[in-house]
Amino acid sequence: MRKASGDSRVGGAQLALWHAGILAIAFAIWYGLTTPGIVDADYANRIAFFFGRPLQVIKVVIEWFTSGKIYPHLAVTLWETLLAFAIGSVLGLGIGLWLALSPTASAVAEPYITALNAMPRVILAPIFAVWFGLGVLSKVALGVTLVFFIVFFNVYQGVKEVSPVVLANARMLGASRRQLLRSIYLPSATSWVFSSLHTSVGMAFVGAVVGEYLGSAKGVGYLILQAEGVFDINTVIAGIVVLTVFALLLDFAVTKIEARLLVWRPRAAQTEAL
Amino acid sequence: MSAAGPVGDELRARTPALAFDRVTCAFAGKTPGERYTAVADASLAVAEGEFVSVVGPTGCGKSTLLNVAAGLLAPSAGRALVEGNPLSGINARAGYMFQADALMPWRNALDNVIAGLEFRGRPRDAALARGREWLSRVGLAGFEHRYPHQLSGGMRKRVALAQMLILDPEILLMDEPFSALDIQTRQLMENELLDLWSANRKSVLFITHDLEEAIALSDRVVVLSAGPGTHPIGEFAIDLPRPRDVAEIRLSPRFVELHEAIWHVLKDEVLKGYAQGKR
Repeated sequence: MRKASGDSRVGGAQLALWHAGILAIAFAIWYGLTTPGIVDADYANRIAFFFGRPLQVIKVVIEWFTSGKIYPHLAVTLWETLLAFAIGSVLGLGIGLWLALSPTASAVAEPYITALNAMPRVILAPIFAVWFGLGVLSKVALGVTLVFFIVFFNVYQGVKEVSPVVLANARMLGASRRQLLRSIYLPSATSWVFSSLHTSVGMAFVGAVVGEYLGSAKGVGYLILQAEGVFDINTVIAGIVVLTVFALLLDFAVTKIEARLLVWRPRAAQTEAL
Repeated sequence: MSAAGPVGDELRARTPALAFDRVTCAFAGKTPGERYTAVADASLAVAEGEFVSVVGPTGCGKSTLLNVAAGLLAPSAGRALVEGNPLSGINARAGYMFQADALMPWRNALDNVIAGLEFRGRPRDAALARGREWLSRVGLAGFEHRYPHQLSGGMRKRVALAQMLILDPEILLMDEPFSALDIQTRQLMENELLDLWSANRKSVLFITHDLEEAIALSDRVVVLSAGPGTHPIGEFAIDLPRPRDVAEIRLSPRFVELHEAIWHVLKDEVLKGYAQGKR
């Protein structure tokens, strides 16, 4: 796929250079401000107390991966994210379809849905910890409450926005109510779910990490919590760096899956390369 | 122009494939209590194997009439008859070709064409084979795996045509199916439709606002009055010889004569409709 690009667009290689350059500059400033000798030692140490030192952070990250200490924590966080995403999506899809297709149920549920969605759901984390303990389940529960509403509203919208002509056509072709659900509503709704995939995977991740941070015995959020307790700012930032890279990888995977599943979607200005 | 001409007599002799019996369709207006009567007291019949076109000014309720025939819309009063039986629910004997794109965007051309067979629970292999056959019949062999957005407007109409015809419906309902196409593509599609239709004559109710298209295709043209309260105000038997070429037949003297006669009736309604649209 190629887009007709304006003259102002920079090429791929040039863009990569810009990306790397900005990162390098930020890193250099960080390093400069926290290294005694480049700025006054007193200031450098104070800044380092709040922001950590880049080389120390890298050392922690490398140490985590070479010693293998990070893997069980990463695995737990990933597992929580996937579970929260899967359960939240299935619930959102099911309940979204149900409410969108049943006007009575939707009229009854509407105020509750609105209230639950308006509620800042992160405050549920302590309650979930009481209900489900400090293990994986309480984090999954928090992630599910975050993912559910994104998927739910997208499915609801997706069903409501099914083209009436496509629907009438399917009915004329002899589709029963169940077949309409399977062949029209579900594909239409899932396309909306996929368009919200980036947000909902991100939210599942947030649920997992925040849950861990608020009370847990494992996970990257737990590592950060531990380090913060002893003012080990380098380890805190190392944890943030690992989480960020991890989130980017998840996002990349989602993009790949999306491209594969939504081939039928029209894209703007599409020509095929020869 | 007369309802009691030779065509009318012949119609009464046999049970028509499709008939409207004093159909009225009223819709709730924007304000409570207000009511808009789109179609009022409309009676019309399509004989078996007959190609009937309905022309009328824009916004006169032509599509409403077609939706009643399809069973998508229940009339406020009166009834639609299919082979003499009152219609309730979806008209299972009819195929409907919509004005707007009605293909499922998440299915490729082949899967769209076989959708109806799938809904009827036919085995998939047989359905796929017939789907390929129909796609090549409408000139789209090799496009089986394209999605609707990868097809041109004319190609999408061909897929929709195949999607409808693969079920072999006895009645074809067509709602300005080619109005979105450019004139060349449109004439090609009209000729193709005539070819397919003449192969095994179905009863066709064809809605259009294009009088030339109506005359070129039909056995009979029905003129509707301007809305609100649309009803047939005239019908004309089209005695042009078949097979026809829609582009060439427009030049024949008889075509011009018929066009003049029908336009004479239609013109006043178009002007009325135009005046209402401006208000």
